[in-house]
Parts: sequence; C-alpha cells; structure tokens
Amino acid sequence: MRIVLAMTAALVLFLTLAGIGAGQQPVTITYWQYFFESKVKLVDQLIKEFEAQNPGIRVVHENFPYDAYNQKVASAVPAGQGPDVINLFYGWVPLYVDSRYLQPLPADAFPPAEIEREFVPMIKNSKFDGKYWALPTAVRSLALFYNADLLRAVGFTRPPVTWDEFAVAAEQTTVRDAAGRITTEGFGVAPAGQDHHLIREVLFRQWGVAPYSADGRRVTYATPQGAEALKWYTDLITQRKVGVIEFFPGGGGYRNAFMAGRAAMIFDGSFAIGSIRGGTKAAWGVAPLPRRTLGGEPSNFGSYWVHGLTVRAQGPRRDAAIKFLKYLVSDAVQRLWLERVGELPASRKLVGDARLSADPIYGPFIQGLSYARATFFVDETAQRQVLVDAVNEVVVNNKSPLQALQEAAVKEQKILDEFWAKRARK
Amino acid sequence: MVTRAPSAGLVLPQIRLGTRRALWAYTFLLVPLLFFLTIRLAPAFSSLYISLHEWNIISPDKPFVGLQNFRTLRDDPRFARAAVNTVRYVLAGIPAQIALGLALALMLQRINRFRGLFRALYFMPFVTPIVATAWVWQWMYSQNFGPLNQILVALGLPAQPFLRSPGQALYAVAAAVVWQYLGFQVVIFLAGLEAIPRVYYEAAEVDGASGWRLFRHITVPLLNPTLVFSVVYSTIVYLQLFTQVLNMTFQDQGGPLAGTLTVVLYVYQLGFQRFKMGEAAAATAVLFVVILAITLLQMRVLSKPVEY
Repeated sequence: MRIVLAMTAALVLFLTLAGIGAGQQPVTITYWQYFFESKVKLVDQLIKEFEAQNPGIRVVHENFPYDAYNQKVASAVPAGQGPDVINLFYGWVPLYVDSRYLQPLPADAFPPAEIEREFVPMIKNSKFDGKYWALPTAVRSLALFYNADLLRAVGFTRPPVTWDEFAVAAEQTTVRDAAGRITTEGFGVAPAGQDHHLIREVLFRQWGVAPYSADGRRVTYATPQGAEALKWYTDLITQRKVGVIEFFPGGGGYRNAFMAGRAAMIFDGSFAIGSIRGGTKAAWGVAPLPRRTLGGEPSNFGSYWVHGLTVRAQGPRRDAAIKFLKYLVSDAVQRLWLERVGELPASRKLVGDARLSADPIYGPFIQGLSYARATFFVDETAQRQVLVDAVNEVVVNNKSPLQALQEAAVKEQKILDEFWAKRARK
Repeated sequence: MVTRAPSAGLVLPQIRLGTRRALWAYTFLLVPLLFFLTIRLAPAFSSLYISLHEWNIISPDKPFVGLQNFRTLRDDPRFARAAVNTVRYVLAGIPAQIALGLALALMLQRINRFRGLFRALYFMPFVTPIVATAWVWQWMYSQNFGPLNQILVALGLPAQPFLRSPGQALYAVAAAVVWQYLGFQVVIFLAGLEAIPRVYYEAAEVDGASGWRLFRHITVPLLNPTLVFSVVYSTIVYLQLFTQVLNMTFQDQGGPLAGTLTVVLYVYQLGFQRFKMGEAAAATAVLFVVILAITLLQMRVLSKPVEY
C-alpha cells in the first residue's frame, strides 16, 4: 500500500514538472573548443550573455587539451555525440569536411557574398568545395618585434621599413665575442618558428613568386626569383652572419632570446604578444613586416581558428546553433576577443577602425590583415619540414638556394599530390 | 596416498595441498595477466591491424589497404634515414656504454671507501627525468653559450656546431644517452662482479696469472650473463630512442636535416602530427620485428654457458 502511494506521488510530481517544461521547450546545444584559459573564461561569459538574449537556448561549453582535441572529435562525432558548434584550425577544414563532420554554412543565414564583404580576405581559405564551412571570431598575423633600446644604441630611432634597412639594422645590432661567436643576434632566426611562413607568403611574393598555383594544387616557388628570395634569407645567416639557427634552444628559443635582450629583432605572430609583454625587460615595439622597396607590395601570413556547424546540429538545435555561431562571429564579440584574448578581429570593419589600427602593439598586426594570406596547408607538419630542410640544405650543406628549392618543391608537390589523389578517390 | 584436508568443511578434499597453493598462485597471477593482455598485448595486435588500413584519426573511413603502408615506408627516404640513424645510435651508444660501465665498475670494485657515494653519484643521471636532462644537454651543446664550446675555445680549438651539424648531432645525442644510462650499467656490472667467487682469482693468482689474463679468462666469461643482459637491454633502449632526441632537437624535431631522427620519433610524427596512423603502425610493426630478431640473435650468439 505504502509503495503504491509513493509511486503515485512520484508520478504526480513528474507530470507536474513535465507540464511546467512543456510550455517552452529549451534547446540545448554544445560548443567545443580546446583549452586555453583566457578563451575558456571569455566563452563562459559570452554564453551567459547569449542565453540571456535567447531564453529558449542553453549552451553547454566543453573543452579538451589541445593534444587530445582531434581524437575527441573523431571518437564523439561518428557516435552521434559531441558538439553542435565546434572550434577548429582552418587547416583542418578539408579533413573535417571529407570526414563528414561539418555541414556547410546555410547560404540564407550566411550569404557567401556577405562573408566575403565583411571578413578579412584570408578567410577565403575556409571556402572548400565552393562552400563556406566555418567562420572565425579572431585571426592572427605576423609582424616585426624590435628591441628599441638595441636599435637606438646603433642610431635607429625607428624600426626598419625595407628589407635593406632591416639587414643594416641587423648587422649593426649583432654583437660577437673574441672568438667570433654571436652573443647578441641582430635577427633572431627561426626557420621552424614563424620564418618558414615569412619565406613562403612574404619573401617569395615580394620577390615576385607566387608559392602555389591559385587552386593550391601545384608548388610554384622553385624559380630563379624564388631562389633569390631564399638566398636573401639564408645570406642573413651565412654571409651577413646576423643570427644563428637555434641560438637559444627550445621551441620558442628565438622568442626567449628576444625577451632576454639577446636578439634585436624577430618575426612572430600576434599570439606572442602576451609572452613578450610579460617577459621583456628592454623597451620593445612592433612594426609591420618590411617590404622590398618603400612603396613596394606589402604581404603577410595569417592563420585562424574557425567555428563550424557539425552534422549533429539538426532541427531546432540547428537553428539554435546558427544563432550562436552568428553571435560568436559578431563585431561585439570580436572586440571583446581582442581585449581579453589578444587575438585580432576578423571583421573588415574592425580592421579598418582607425583607433584599433593606431594601437602601437596591435596596430601593425591589424594593418597586416588587409593583405595577409593564409596558406592552404594539407599537411602542415610535413610542409613546414620541407622549407626548414631547404634552409638547412643551404646553411649547413652549402647547397645552392635554387637546388635546395627545387628539391623542396619536388617533396612538397608529392605531399600535395597525395592529398588530392586521396580526395579524388572519395 | 591422499592427503586429508585439514578442515572437514572444505568441498574439494581431493586436491593436494601443493596443487591448491599453485591454484591460488595462478589465481592471483591472473590479475596482472589480464592487465597485461588488455593494456599491452591487445593494443600491440590492434596496431598490426591498423597497419593494414588507411587510418586517419579524424576520418571515419578507414579502408583496408593491404601492404600499401609498408610499400609507402619502403619508398620513404625519411623512414630510411630514421632506420639508418637508429642503427647508428645502437652501434655508437652500446659499445661506449658497456666499455665505460665495465671500466667504472672494475674501478669501483677496487675501492672500499666511498664506494656507495660514487655509485650513487653515477646512478643519479639515471633517476633524473629524461626531459630535464635533455634540455640541460641542449644548453651544454649550445654553439654560442654552451660550456663545452667555452672549453674548446679556451683551449684555442674551434667551436663545434654539435646539435646543429647533421654529422655530429647524432653522436652528441648518443653521448647524452650513454651518460644517462652509465650509472645503471655500473650497478648491473658491480652486482655481476660481486657474484664471481674470489676463489677463482686466488687460484689463478697462485698459478701466476695476473692483470689482463685474470680479466680475460675469469672476469669476462663469468660476467657473460650480465653482459648478455646489458647488451640486450641497451639494444632495446637504443632502438626505442625517442624522448632524448625529441627534446634535444625541439625546434626541428629529429633534425637538422633528419640527422638525429629515430624510427620511434618518426612513428610519433606520422601518427600524431600528421594523423597517418596506418603508416605509423606499419613502422611500429617493422620495428617490432627488428627488435625481436636482434634480441633472439643476441641471446643465441652471446650467451655461452661457462662451467668451471
């Protein structure tokens, strides 16, 4: 008797609660990103605001260590679990599309013409198979970090603007000991750091060579001009001797050397601002990447993380996910992202904002965005290795830059061919 | 004769006490066995299975490709380079480690004071985290700031590129590995030397033998089991070299120009940086076969039973 009573009571309670909820069924969507403290904190706050604006939607925010991120996605999505909105590196988009994890952005909610009008040009690289699959909140670009104290000591009151000036400044700031070994680099060289991007998207282009064909299928840098560009870079190490590879050991050795006042200039991404700001004692500044001549063509390398809709987002969840995605890439969120995370806005309007581009630190990076290109990588690790090896072939093995580039082009073409051949089979 | 069960309450009085003890032992051994099967053996076999597939971590399609991954590796110059390098590590590292280890053990055996202290000092690198020592060694080898080059320059010799030279880098890494394992080697040899009865030496000395002949005809043959263990164990260590190489060449891992790349480091790059699990598993399978073959060969050739 008692059991029957208890069960009835439970049933009544359940029906009452269910009845309350039935009025406005909330939709719950899930957002995934890898763990990066400032991003996680900001997204938590953004979700609160978004939920306040959209009472029917609840967003669950989950994050994983960077190293395990892809595995998590790969095990969750095919099992029908995982996120509705997902954060991924732009270079992974082809892989995610081919694996059928992403759905194309609906053209009515995100018209392609509008995307191309509103976002910085480099996001064209997220267009794959003729469709947009994902959009960024923030982007990154490269700039020249300089130690103002060291430059001033040799008479440079402003950072170099042309490559010739850069070379002179590097030569004058280099300090050697009695045995001829460098104790302070004029230029903190780092082929495996950001310099391989610099060679690919900046030096090649400014020396008149497009590194790849427009469709991204062919390697086109192995030309005499390409070799000139590579030689200009390797000469800094072998002829002018203004820097040595792995001057400071470790992944960010060139950056550590700069922070320790042991490198007068380095090329680094906007993501380095935080560490450099925290760890540099000398007066330092940021300048746009040098050009070949004063009025010459500027170029830059950009990269970014994007938010996409997964195939899991269907029905009401898809509508909610679209709303959340629109919110994430809105100008208001982009501004907050710059303030809190230190990543550059992806919107042309913000890039054109005079106040933002006048910022002494972020300004040079933001100016670079209007012409930055994101390389279409199919296997970034292997492609980076190819260019790092080309530099070493010249610096360590005394190969001619043209021969080193020709060998590099053969190796990289093989990587591209393999990717496209696999796609064609699918 | 049937042993009576000590307690009448037991259901299986027929089982002998010895058998019952053995059964219990097996029961308890079953637990680690289960662990071994699921955590070690099953993944090993699944990696053989993966090696026959095109296995991208992300992609849900993992088609069977037969021996394609092995053919790709055969034609991959980086894999060939990694394999040759790995053999070089073995050939350079093991003789150096065994010779130095034996020399130190013989000297330590002669002293009585501070033997424990010396042993502890030599053993210390072995218990220091590999990553930490690798980073310290990277600074030691630094072209511009490293103490090794400071010494060379002070002696009027030219500074060496060490880790920046494709020719020297491999041996520079091998030297650091030898240093790390030296203490372990010394301890193993010391134990082996202690196990050789003094009477053999005394008898030989009475017969007029000394120095080199004692070492050649008594120490070496009777130390043989220890030597075999050392060679087999360190071969496996050098064939699986990874952490030291990764951390000592952190910017250009396995570089410069693949000069320090090992098979295991290449497996890691293929599988976890380039998402090519199939090829990575195939390389692992090749390494497994090579380690097995070398180990069997070493056991066959090196272990000669010595009777005195």
